[in-house]
Amino acid sequence: MGSQQNQPIKSKKSNKNINYKTFIMKYKSQKIAYWFFLSALLLFALQLVFGFTMGFAHMGYDGLHEISPFNAMRATHTNLLVVWLLLGFMGAAYYIIPEESQNELYSPKLAIIQLLSFLLVGVVAIVGFHMNWWEGRKFLEIPRPLDFLVVVNVLAFLFNVLMTLFKGKRQTTTSLVLMMGLFFAALLYLPGMLWFDSQTLDSFYRWYVVHLWVEGVWELIMGGILAFLLIKITGVDREVIEKWLYVIVGLTFLSGILGTGHHYYYIGTPSYWLWIGGIFSALEPLAFLAMALFAIKMYRKGEKKHPNKTALQWTIGTAIVSFVGAGLLGAAHTLPNINLYTHGTLVTAMHGHMAFWGAYGMLVLAIIAYAMPNLTGRKLYDTGMTRAAFWLSNIGMIGMTVAFGAAGVAQVYMERIMGVDFMETQIEIQPHFLVLILCATVFSLGIILYIINFFKYGKPTDEAIITA
Amino acid sequence: MLSKSQAKLFFLAGTIIFSLLFFGLSYDTVANRVGEQTHEENLTESAIRGRIIWDENNCMGCHTLLGEGAYYAPELTKVIERRGGPYIKGVLMSKTPWGEHTSGRKMVAYGLTSEEADDVVAFLTWIGEMDLNGFPAKPTYKVEKIK
Repeated sequence: MGSQQNQPIKSKKSNKNINYKTFIMKYKSQKIAYWFFLSALLLFALQLVFGFTMGFAHMGYDGLHEISPFNAMRATHTNLLVVWLLLGFMGAAYYIIPEESQNELYSPKLAIIQLLSFLLVGVVAIVGFHMNWWEGRKFLEIPRPLDFLVVVNVLAFLFNVLMTLFKGKRQTTTSLVLMMGLFFAALLYLPGMLWFDSQTLDSFYRWYVVHLWVEGVWELIMGGILAFLLIKITGVDREVIEKWLYVIVGLTFLSGILGTGHHYYYIGTPSYWLWIGGIFSALEPLAFLAMALFAIKMYRKGEKKHPNKTALQWTIGTAIVSFVGAGLLGAAHTLPNINLYTHGTLVTAMHGHMAFWGAYGMLVLAIIAYAMPNLTGRKLYDTGMTRAAFWLSNIGMIGMTVAFGAAGVAQVYMERIMGVDFMETQIEIQPHFLVLILCATVFSLGIILYIINFFKYGKPTDEAIITA
Repeated sequence: MLSKSQAKLFFLAGTIIFSLLFFGLSYDTVANRVGEQTHEENLTESAIRGRIIWDENNCMGCHTLLGEGAYYAPELTKVIERRGGPYIKGVLMSKTPWGEHTSGRKMVAYGLTSEEADDVVAFLTWIGEMDLNGFPAKPTYKVEKIK
């Protein structure tokens, strides 16, 4: 690795003239991002509450059943995740697109309306879940009338950022990849709104949304945000970073599109998906591996002068943890002959938690950690609290993943191989949920510290443009 | 060394080729295969009503069906074979939370009417007869509870 230090790399030269004053907020309308980040973090905190109550219910303490039965807690937990991540992505876009396109946001007013209406839809959905108003479709539970509101909302968002981009002075690869991810995420929401009498066809198209989001176009959003962060933090030449961005998103689609097949093994779809899904989903970790290697390499290549160490920590962190959580742990149960036994068990929850955390949760926390000092002019990065937030949340999540994994593997052996009844198995694996709750407490402590630090920054101010 | 425009070409070509392949396979699956494999001819009016009840009450929020859903309550793909229709009907019509006195995990007391419960049983019966490429696997052993 050391050899490349000596190579005459194009970026090397431009590095020397890096002016780190350039990483301040540049456009007043970037301040809009703050309100999206704030909303995202508060919904994240609420998501954790529901995670805990579900953990207790798994241990047999289903005391809240009358108010919030398990299916309502579960729908709330996963939908809050989707909503806070989308708010984080939108906030990221509102921060990044003006800066990349060198133009004020087309309409800050529309952005605020869009945020408030999105939050309203979220609140109505969560209340609705608790009143038995929903669709029983994993991850897409929100009732149909609200789906239409989401579509209108996302169209308003896309209109706003696209207008900003087109009226801007430049269209960078980073901003185009980010926009492409957001655009296709919106488009792919539509197959989830079709009705089929057949459960199999309903599932088939539901994965068009869910899989092609998280293992497809969301990775474009991730790549775009990651590229932006790396350009800003490492100071490596944009052309180098954006070249690798293309390679990464290329690998994502090369493996991820046909990788959808791993959801079509056992739902009444033809058996050719067994080998197609098996082969291509086994390749899916490559995109995440490329992302991790890319982030580390760019960090090494860059001059390590950027003072926002917290943003750097989360940026490198998201690249590495997504490889472990989404890449490796996904690959661990993606082959058809393994998935035959793990399909529909807690093994999936093991993979799901660390994948979402590493790839998307940490990514949103990375862009927030990067943007906050610039938006507010306060330099609260690299303190004891920010370091503790990073390490506690990650150590907690590793513990949770191990707990889910142990519970899941035990479940597979008892229920699927030894033929023990489902509920008897669940009672045997209850102790793992105690470990889960303990680790989740450590995780939540980290998140609470992160949020406290967020509030310490205060509100964004126009003075940040001048003072920083 | 790879140039930026080559990288862009790799991305665009890969995306277009694999999208087309995916849509082609999807078309074959939906148009030619699923009907036969899931015995769509047996999907009765009653079973469709059952599916709507299944959907409207978010049963997938606790159970898995075809291995999809949440991991809180039993897998139901083969539940008719395992428990029989009348047992399922009893659970669905129960006026008190099922499971309250055994596992501590409670099922919402839906208190369905007899007709509604029959519809859900018809739906689950249809599910149970699908060709699922070997899922769920038959357990290798059969253990007995000693105490």
